[in-house]
Amino acid sequence: MTTLHDMSVAQLAQALQTKQVSAVEVATAFLARTGGNPHNAFLDIDSEVTLAQAQASDARIAAGTAGALEGVPIAHKDVFVTRDFATTAGSKILSGYRSPFDATVVQKLGASELGGAGMVSLGKVNCDEFAMGSANENSAYGAVTNPWDTSRVPGGSSGGSAAAVAARLAPAATGTDTGGSIRQPASFCGITGIKPTYGRASRYGMIAYASSLDQAGPMARTAEDCALLLSAMCGADLDRDSTSLDVPAENFSAKLGDSLAGLRIGIPKEFFGEGLAADVRTAIDAALKTLEAEGAKLVPITLPRTELAIPVYYIIAPAEASSNLSRFDGVKFGHRAKDYTDLVSMYKKTRAEGFGEEVKRRIMTGAYVLSHGYYDAYYLQAQKIRRMIADDFQRAFAECDVIAGPVAPTVAWKLGNNASDPLADYLADIFTLPASLAGLPGMSVPVGFGADNMPVGMQLIGNYLQEARLLNVAHQYQLHTDFHNAKPEGV
Amino acid sequence: MSLTPQDISRIANLARLELQPEEQARMLNKINDFFGIVEQIRAVDTTGVVPMAHPVDAMQGAHIELRLRPDVASEPNQRDLNQRSAPAVERGLFLVPKVIE
Repeated sequence: MTTLHDMSVAQLAQALQTKQVSAVEVATAFLARTGGNPHNAFLDIDSEVTLAQAQASDARIAAGTAGALEGVPIAHKDVFVTRDFATTAGSKILSGYRSPFDATVVQKLGASELGGAGMVSLGKVNCDEFAMGSANENSAYGAVTNPWDTSRVPGGSSGGSAAAVAARLAPAATGTDTGGSIRQPASFCGITGIKPTYGRASRYGMIAYASSLDQAGPMARTAEDCALLLSAMCGADLDRDSTSLDVPAENFSAKLGDSLAGLRIGIPKEFFGEGLAADVRTAIDAALKTLEAEGAKLVPITLPRTELAIPVYYIIAPAEASSNLSRFDGVKFGHRAKDYTDLVSMYKKTRAEGFGEEVKRRIMTGAYVLSHGYYDAYYLQAQKIRRMIADDFQRAFAECDVIAGPVAPTVAWKLGNNASDPLADYLADIFTLPASLAGLPGMSVPVGFGADNMPVGMQLIGNYLQEARLLNVAHQYQLHTDFHNAKPEGV
Repeated sequence: MSLTPQDISRIANLARLELQPEEQARMLNKINDFFGIVEQIRAVDTTGVVPMAHPVDAMQGAHIELRLRPDVASEPNQRDLNQRSAPAVERGLFLVPKVIE
């Protein structure tokens, strides 16, 4: 048998169900790897909780009541609230917070007597504060390092999730994607991740950043694993999430084996302009050739408002954030300032102490674009262009089945590189923001290595509810390549 | 268009954030850097375009509508659990500084 930490989710599930290994043995092996917290990937680990969950999994396997992924470990991004682990969203303002309930996504992946897939939680993984960032450097609990080169960022905001999977600290992790926070760290760390159609996975218990954009998704090493995880995570949650889609649950693994013959892949010229680094372009071009060899046809398309997605996103997301984050006021949970004179000063000092600089900046930007006299010129105008961006995609999908391009213009940059220039991080989100604004599913697939042997991810974007098609393309690609099996030195 | 220090003070008050003077200055610079790229959206002709508040309303053909749930209590009472992370609680109530003299 392969070493436990090198096994995929599919392989672990199989080994557990056929009793080649117990859930406690698997959990123990991964807990040994997360000890000492390599890459600062984890924010909360509790071996007692993990082992208790593993014992319960073993009991269900013995009783014949196992869930689909019974006993396979997973780490959860710290924006999902959890009963058994602390939840901070990477923020000081929530330090020590304990949720009274599990997020729907956590529940759906967890104990099978509650309808879950039976996965065992390894704990909570680091992320940018309230998922606001593209490098995981905005966590109040320190940056995460990239397992491929510890002097570089892992991407963000799901940087802890990506680093944990790349460093084989967990076979899979949950992530959330508001403007690229699953796809970009997956790309930077050489793993596979998918953000489903907006509304596929419940947002209940996912600490809100920008509610019209936030979406949960899985991060793992292969498309096959992502399909298994996504099938378990998605599903209507009509009573608890007003934007949950009322569509039937889907088995996203069903079409993995389909042929790519005749597949039309749209190539947006705006994704291949001068802003794209040559090393990234070389890797993407080679991947497209591989897909062509499998029978796919490349179709030139245009997404003319790609560049506008940056200001549009960075108006809409902060506007929603300024409203969502008003709940952090030092009254009901989390941090409260020590010295204050009255209620308003308590709010102001609590929030000043509890929030980091980037979060404050986005709250301020959001409050400004929503304020009297600026609402029409900025917020409403951004929402109109958002519609035009969504329409551009529909025109493109009249000519192609999926869209392919880079996830990010460059490979992972050095830690601290953009510390004094947040705008540089914003600009690097250019290729992930358009699909986020439209609410379309998108994924990142490892397609090789660029400068300094850093991983490159290819982005696949599908039309609404076409996740199975994206996973099919990624799986077929992975059957013919080995980049998803590459691992960082020393891992 | 650029924001002024007065805008920053006004917005910080609306957003209930206490900013130190050097923080105010840095905030002003960074937000104005950002508004440098925002200006391009004002030049876009959006006549007749319906604002898109939400991706669900762009999913044409999916016939998906946002819904409201019935107005009935659905959650169990978990007061103790809900209050266990509160900074100040007494007899089941959240404590705040005195609001009325």
